[in-house]
Amino acid sequence: MNGPELLAAHTGILRTKVGACWPGARAVFRGHDLHHDLHNTDWLELYLFGITGRRFTPRQIKLLHGIWVLTSYPDARIWNNRVAALAGSSRSSPVLGLAAALAVSGARIYGGGPSLCAIDFFLRAGQAVDSGRELRDFMVEELKSRYIYGYGRPIDSCDERLPWLASLAGEQGLDQGRHFKMAFEVEKILLEMGKANLRMNYAGMISALGADFGLTAGEFNIFIVPMFLAGMPPCWVEAAEKPEGTLFPTPCGEIAYQGVSIRTWRGRIA
Amino acid sequence: MSTDKIHTRIWREEAEHDNPFATRAAFCRGYDVYGEMLGNARWVEMLYLLFREEAPSASQTDLLEALAVALANPGPRDASVHAAMCGGVAGSTAASSLMAALAVGAGQLAGGREVFLAMEGWALCGTDFDAWKKRLAGLEAIPGSIWPKPEHPPGFDPHGVSTATHVKQTLACLAGLSSGAFLPWLQQNLPDLETAAACPLALSGVAAAAFSDLCFSPEQGEMLHLLLRLPGAAAHALEQENYGYKRFPFYPVELEDDPAAGEMP
Repeated sequence: MNGPELLAAHTGILRTKVGACWPGARAVFRGHDLHHDLHNTDWLELYLFGITGRRFTPRQIKLLHGIWVLTSYPDARIWNNRVAALAGSSRSSPVLGLAAALAVSGARIYGGGPSLCAIDFFLRAGQAVDSGRELRDFMVEELKSRYIYGYGRPIDSCDERLPWLASLAGEQGLDQGRHFKMAFEVEKILLEMGKANLRMNYAGMISALGADFGLTAGEFNIFIVPMFLAGMPPCWVEAAEKPEGTLFPTPCGEIAYQGVSIRTWRGRIA
Repeated sequence: MSTDKIHTRIWREEAEHDNPFATRAAFCRGYDVYGEMLGNARWVEMLYLLFREEAPSASQTDLLEALAVALANPGPRDASVHAAMCGGVAGSTAASSLMAALAVGAGQLAGGREVFLAMEGWALCGTDFDAWKKRLAGLEAIPGSIWPKPEHPPGFDPHGVSTATHVKQTLACLAGLSSGAFLPWLQQNLPDLETAAACPLALSGVAAAAFSDLCFSPEQGEMLHLLLRLPGAAAHALEQENYGYKRFPFYPVELEDDPAAGEMP
């Protein structure tokens, strides 16, 4: 079935397996009564169950919590946080500021983009090794056509979050996974290749852990949506407490104009 | 890395003598916006100027304005306007209704990303039919991209049967206004292109050709498509707030995995 028939078959009704609510009665979440069966569930566990339909162990949930905690930086200079803070300073609403800040976190050079590229790399590297290829050969081939995401950092190649996350993974007995170990092997090979500035970064480590937990790239992409969220409200709150408009006020002279010189609008045709 | 100045080729402001934060004069690409353009420039001329270094010609202005009219309201059946109405109907904030329209209207089905991909097609294939035929056979997913693999040829309607009249009307009007090569070529080769795509042209495909004829980049076309479809979303969101949620569809649900199914009579 396709075309208008396909659309007509879906008109006026929601057919779903993921859940529904009947106000005044009950709510169902992926085949379970939310209040009866899931009322004591940890929020992150529920979030992951909603994404994947699978359950995760308490140790995995603890580590996944840690992934979010260790990168919650309330620094209003960081671009996504700055959106939240500017919303506070401009006297917009918290939900608008935080939602927009989350939206811009799906960036090409940090957040969603590199993390998704990194887990995609680890999953494909694992498949290549499974098919008998050497990891180094796969990396050489990969480097011919694209970056290896998960390695390198613009400002300082040392990522301060990694020892803490690696330690947490060890405490939870989750540091022996195939992709986690591969992440360090990739870093070692990159160093041997002379790419000393390509040290593992946070996206590299968290995506390796995500792959070890059986997350697909698409599932991992949704998991990391709120990853920076906890750092954003402090930025909004503080900016809202200060006099309005005082976050990064820019005088006219601080705009470095590099365009064409002054010209006449009416005279442009002549 | 310089962190204390914002660099721009678009905008320059001169400060009032008594306040470095107050604007005495603002220049867009060198033109005095409030002193000279205001009252003399059309909205689409300003729009074009913001994205391009030079002001548009008369024919480019007419084309962009006609395109803006065509895109202004996708209508309440469109998913992005539907999303905006979900904001309006429950009294959500104005900005959230527009954010909803932007998020839903950003994708690869009638959205900004579809226009981006279709414009990439114009940049790569131009008026080479064989190149188009190869591209329309299917795009590959980009590894690690946040966007899913395209499920239909960008710029075409995967659920269409024949070219919708409003699409033909828009193409005819815009091709007549265009001084570029793509819209007229699209009009002349439409049957063959639709055969190659195995589905009819969509309005997003006309928009992509028009943005390309106006010399916008795919990134600029994506932005403009998002922007130019917002007026309808805004108007419908406000209208539904007035109607109220009781007159807005909530739809029956058919839960296929209901734990209480066995308990029902």
